[in-house]
Amino acid sequence: MQRRLTTWLLLAPAGVWFAVMLVLPLCFVLVFSFGMRAPAGGYVPAFTFEQYANLPARGTAFLNTLTLAPLGTLLSLVIAYPLAYFLAMRADPKWRTTLLILVIVPFWTSILIRSYAWIFILGGQGLPAIIEWLGFGPVRLINTPFAVLTGIVYGYLPLMVLPVYVSLERLDKRLLEASADLGAPPLRSFLQVTLPLSLPGVATGCMLVFILLMGEFLIPAMLGGGKVFFIGNALVDLFLQSRNWAFGAAVAVTLVVIMLVTVSLYMWLMRRMGGQRDDMALM
Amino acid sequence: MQSLPHGTSATDPDTKPLIAEFRAATKRYGDILAADALSFGIGKGEFLSFLGPSGCGKTTALRMLAGFETPTSGEVYLDGERVTDVPAYKRPVNMVFQHYALFPHLTVADNIGYGLRQRRPRPDRAEVARKVDRALEMVRLTGFGPRRIWEMSGGQQQRVALARAIVNEPKVLLLDEPLAALDRKLRREMQIELQTLQRQLGITFVLVTHDQEEALSMSDRICIMQSGRIVQSGSPTALYDQPVSRYVADFVGKSNFIDGTLMTRSGNAGQVQTATGHRFAGRLAGPLGPGANASLSIRPEQIGLAHAARDGAEPVTVINRIFLGEHTEYLVRHAALGDLLVLVARQAEAAEGGFAPGDAGHVTWAPEAGLILGLD
Repeated sequence: MQRRLTTWLLLAPAGVWFAVMLVLPLCFVLVFSFGMRAPAGGYVPAFTFEQYANLPARGTAFLNTLTLAPLGTLLSLVIAYPLAYFLAMRADPKWRTTLLILVIVPFWTSILIRSYAWIFILGGQGLPAIIEWLGFGPVRLINTPFAVLTGIVYGYLPLMVLPVYVSLERLDKRLLEASADLGAPPLRSFLQVTLPLSLPGVATGCMLVFILLMGEFLIPAMLGGGKVFFIGNALVDLFLQSRNWAFGAAVAVTLVVIMLVTVSLYMWLMRRMGGQRDDMALM
Repeated sequence: MQSLPHGTSATDPDTKPLIAEFRAATKRYGDILAADALSFGIGKGEFLSFLGPSGCGKTTALRMLAGFETPTSGEVYLDGERVTDVPAYKRPVNMVFQHYALFPHLTVADNIGYGLRQRRPRPDRAEVARKVDRALEMVRLTGFGPRRIWEMSGGQQQRVALARAIVNEPKVLLLDEPLAALDRKLRREMQIELQTLQRQLGITFVLVTHDQEEALSMSDRICIMQSGRIVQSGSPTALYDQPVSRYVADFVGKSNFIDGTLMTRSGNAGQVQTATGHRFAGRLAGPLGPGANASLSIRPEQIGLAHAARDGAEPVTVINRIFLGEHTEYLVRHAALGDLLVLVARQAEAAEGGFAPGDAGHVTWAPEAGLILGLD
């Protein structure tokens, strides 16, 4: 009895936090999404599917998010995997910690400041000037999907490196000796042993990056210059500028549903693929 | 060159064709000499063991044969071909790893078929399945193919590891402390099974172990290793009866050692005198000369324990008695020689009458039972 009480007491702060700050607002948003916009902005109670029917009006935001988020995740993976592989399998153990810290160091500076840096690098006086000087004609980089993609891959790379690193680091290296002993050359050992056994880390990294990218708004706002906007930007616009709370709520609910479906798919895949008791990835 | 049928003693590898050979193979890790100019041959179909304490270089020797280590100098030959720097995946040998190293993401059957699937041209699926089934049957795991590795017990995993190696019909099967993780009873069973399997398949087995019982019970020939060198190699019987040094006698079976100085030597007989002035005769095989530090080794079963004093018997006090079934092991104390281990057969004990701790007794041994060995 005493123990149960202690358990509840310890769980109470987190429980209250989640109830008040997450569940309750989500309920509000869900209710709002079936309502109407008040003439002066805000919300009028109603029960209508009008807002959902109106979703295609923000189709570009959905399209941008649903293409650039997966693409950004994939690019991060392609860049992060070799790096994580090097850190876990090839780097001198003496230097490993230092190198890992270097991967995390960018996080010490605000993403806002780092995005400003990218504005200058990709802006007219930056890379495009060099490309033009080299004789490849005028190019525009800033305010394009390319700029947004560069920004998000740069910003989220460490989140991909770390889980992949952990799964590779935990891999029993004797399995690679066993694979070689059984006649598999290095590349085939990688494809048949290392890669499958690092998939939980890959899946975790992809999930982390993908979920955060789906809600991203800062990088598209800064490097997309209002031309390449995400659902996050649409939400800011709907709630703060147009004050169309009902429609904003419908967009938000749709985003949450897309995320829920993705995460469920991920969990299902993990259970099917891994199945190893102690190797279940995060989340 | 004459070829012996399987199962016969292979104490002399020179009489059969060699399947593997080390020529002055040396492996250095910085200042550590893990293998010191190893030169030896392994006969076709032989069951050879490397026996020694950890750090003696036995695992390094095995890994050089597998291709996981390249010798710093010297050569390794497999089936007549120089393989010194041939990578592991190109060598026709397979290993049973100490902790099995089974692939956790594959089923039992896929683990066993792994080696077959690496062959080019790739064998067809039905053939792989057939060979895997036969291997499963050989290690008595028929029907376990679709299981996951972590669903198998330690003993079963051991068998899977064995099947995964033998299914490839390697020229040499390498076993790295394969039974170390099993409990005593299971270990005993696997020893017998390994031996049977080796005779059935006719594959050369090379075993690395620190467990003398394992090496003695299974091997045709044992190489005793110490600091990267082979100090003695021979059949289990030869090593037990004619160890070349105190180190070997201590490692193969149990023995009592009485340290002293070699006083006289004539041919193969000598006399050792202890610091307390006791003199004992013994056989002498090594190149020891008078004045050398030496140790008289007497196996526990060669010492007789009696109540009555007899000519040449030494008085002792019984300290401890352990009943082992067909034998009884006594620990007795001699005033000058220290503690001695005496193994008395059941019948002998029945004839003489047993001893309890605290009892007085007398020990004797035949002069030829004592073996005078160099200290190294």
